Amino acid sequence: MQQTVFFQAMIYLAAAVIMVPIAKRLGLGSVLGYLVAGIAIGPAGLKFIGLEGQDIMHFAEFGVVMMLFVIGLELEPSRLWRMRKSIAGLGGLQVSVTSVVVAGLAMAFQLGWKESLALGMITAMSSTAIVMQTLNEKGWLKTVAGQSSFAVLLFQDLAIIPMLALFPLLADHPAVQETHGTGSVVSAFPAWQQAIIVLLSVAIVVITGKYLLRPVFRLMARTGMREMFTATALLLVVGIAVLMTSVGLSPALGAFVAGVVLANSEYRHELESSIDPFKGLLLGLFFISVGSSIDFQLIVSKPFLIIGLVVGVMSFKMVILFVLGKIFKVRNAQNFIFSIGLSQIGEFAFVLLSFSAQQGVLTKDITDTMMAVVAISMALTPLVMMINEKLILPRLCTVGSNIEVHKASDIEEQDNPVIIAGYGHFGNTIGRFLRANNVEATVLDNDSDNVDFLRRMGLKVYYGDATRYELLDIAGAGKAQMIIIAISDEEKRLELIETVKKHFPNLHMLVRSTNRNDAYDLMNAGMMHIYRETFDTSLRVGTDALKLLGYRAHEATRSAKTFFIHDERTLKHLSSIRNDEEYVNAARQHIEELEMIMRADQQAVNLQSLGGWDRKAENSDYHTT
Amino acid sequence: MSKILIQFAHPTLSRSNVQRTLETHCRNVKGVTFNDLYEHYPDLYIDVKREQQLLLQHDVIIFQHPFYWYSSPPILKQWQDLVLEYNWAYGPEGDALAGKKIFNALSCGGGKEAYKETGYNRFPVNQFLLPFNQTAHLCKMEYLPPFVVHETYTVSEAELESYGQQYASILNAFVKDEIGSHHYQHVEYLNELYK
Repeated sequence: MQQTVFFQAMIYLAAAVIMVPIAKRLGLGSVLGYLVAGIAIGPAGLKFIGLEGQDIMHFAEFGVVMMLFVIGLELEPSRLWRMRKSIAGLGGLQVSVTSVVVAGLAMAFQLGWKESLALGMITAMSSTAIVMQTLNEKGWLKTVAGQSSFAVLLFQDLAIIPMLALFPLLADHPAVQETHGTGSVVSAFPAWQQAIIVLLSVAIVVITGKYLLRPVFRLMARTGMREMFTATALLLVVGIAVLMTSVGLSPALGAFVAGVVLANSEYRHELESSIDPFKGLLLGLFFISVGSSIDFQLIVSKPFLIIGLVVGVMSFKMVILFVLGKIFKVRNAQNFIFSIGLSQIGEFAFVLLSFSAQQGVLTKDITDTMMAVVAISMALTPLVMMINEKLILPRLCTVGSNIEVHKASDIEEQDNPVIIAGYGHFGNTIGRFLRANNVEATVLDNDSDNVDFLRRMGLKVYYGDATRYELLDIAGAGKAQMIIIAISDEEKRLELIETVKKHFPNLHMLVRSTNRNDAYDLMNAGMMHIYRETFDTSLRVGTDALKLLGYRAHEATRSAKTFFIHDERTLKHLSSIRNDEEYVNAARQHIEELEMIMRADQQAVNLQSLGGWDRKAENSDYHTT
Repeated sequence: MSKILIQFAHPTLSRSNVQRTLETHCRNVKGVTFNDLYEHYPDLYIDVKREQQLLLQHDVIIFQHPFYWYSSPPILKQWQDLVLEYNWAYGPEGDALAGKKIFNALSCGGGKEAYKETGYNRFPVNQFLLPFNQTAHLCKMEYLPPFVVHETYTVSEAELESYGQQYASILNAFVKDEIGSHHYQHVEYLNELYK
């Protein structure tokens, strides 16, 4: 069969298009779908692709770079600084303890200390791609487990740099001096110059991000061509990757730094949405190639060794992570998500393994075996996480009345007329208010810490992803009158709306929205009851400001109400004439939006005149004679 | 010594010269509590306990308001509906307000001529005030004739000033218990007591 690029692309895409929706439908998450797709088309399955899967994997690792860029975009420097303790503490301990423990075990199996240490460091790595993708899909990124996992993964990305520097020193057999994949151009310079070059390149990334990129993006935005913006965004990420690679730094790390620098810029959302599809596809490709690179022949030839290694490594990592989580006061349910999630060996291990083979640190025999172990452990991760979510978490979070296991015992709760999805600061006010009025609500939340706490406070709160049909069904969505959608994540809200529309068409939906844009999306989704989370509060501040300026309380209150009605009407009007293509970037969109709103304000009734009580009418001769 | 509670109700005080003049004058009288209802309850959510407490602390209650549609602005109705509770203000055990004096102090766009059988409004002001009168009666209070400022849109500054002083004098007299039922029994408006 002629292996043209198009044919390969077709195979990869088709595999993804078939497998991912199936995996999603079964509630398995996209990562597992990609992995299965990879196995299916790989040498072990339909044999569409052979060993070139490895090369594709190197290419697809670029998806990880993009993912870190996007993660960086969502992390402001101040937040990163607040996380310094868990990054250095939790991350640092995870990497060092795991390295040492695994190295010790390897030495117990008669390996040399150098090889053992290399294996330890390789094993310490977890998979940023799988873990972050899964956490994101489940909406867990903001939970304690999500934050802790992120901190550890970030530290591992940092640790890659000294590891790559350290590996040549571990070589027993003098390596063939060959320039390796990472760090090449500068290795000709003496060490102190290398250090300066490295520092300079980081400085270049930061300074470019801070001062140079905004005018460039503005220029690109002004061309009015969306693809130019996308091209610039891609150029930025690729450029950083090239720069970082040439000075021997991790491109993922460089992209992450650039993302953080741009986190405060007005182009953040636009950048994110430009990069996102590439990131998603490349990550998918990456997962597929992991799946296809699993060497089943090797597994068949020494099954016990490999399976033993996989189980052993994953359990050791898990235990170490769990203990560290305990030390860092991660609560039980969250700790399970955290330690089980990070228990696999990650994609960086592939890099380190091939590097150590080149450098002569490890023998080909060991690296081949390890490659299989790494791939299997990655493939197992979504499965283990699912088992954790389905079997362990419900027991921990829903003490006594386990919704997923003992459905029957929950019948009383199912009759509640109201379901509240999301019980953060927005949802809990609603819940408290309803309770104050003796209206019982069934609460769904996917932050197990939160669920745990609320349960201890005596509330009927259930843990789970409210966008899932099964959970909604169990929560009594079939009998309830309404669902209050108070989740903070905009995409999850839309997902939930779709699920409700499809399966529970009679359920009233009251939906929280973040801002105008989000409200538009919700209107497009057909929502009638939309509540912008800051709108009422802002108006109350405005009312009090008027009062302090000497306005009469009642007039200020009426004016606020008038404004409220006017603004809701403007919102509906603008949503009907919104045209996505008019907007090139978030900043311009915001300004145009504001301009339209303010124009509408001018056309509206003068808020100063309260109507009614008109002097002229009262003054007419109806009354005087 | 009597204490006076003015229950003031005006949704747009900033537009009313008359009421603002009256307000300035009555705020200066010792023994008068000026309770600005729209300012306290801009959304008409009335603190019933506070209002009942105020009523108990005073001997003379005045509803001071513009004469909208032959009655008061809506907050006063809301106030009556919520504050005058059964078995507190009325009913077999409702004696909380018994013996207190109460009247309306109005600003009224129309002239006195318009409030006549032959005038445009066909009835005198006092007849329009019958619901207040009967409410007071039900609460065992003594309902007095109103204090009225007519033709608010054409009244001159000087006249307005004299209305203000007149109002203040009446309030002072009530504080000093100088006004008895023999004074007001036969007048149409309280204005007539202090020309």
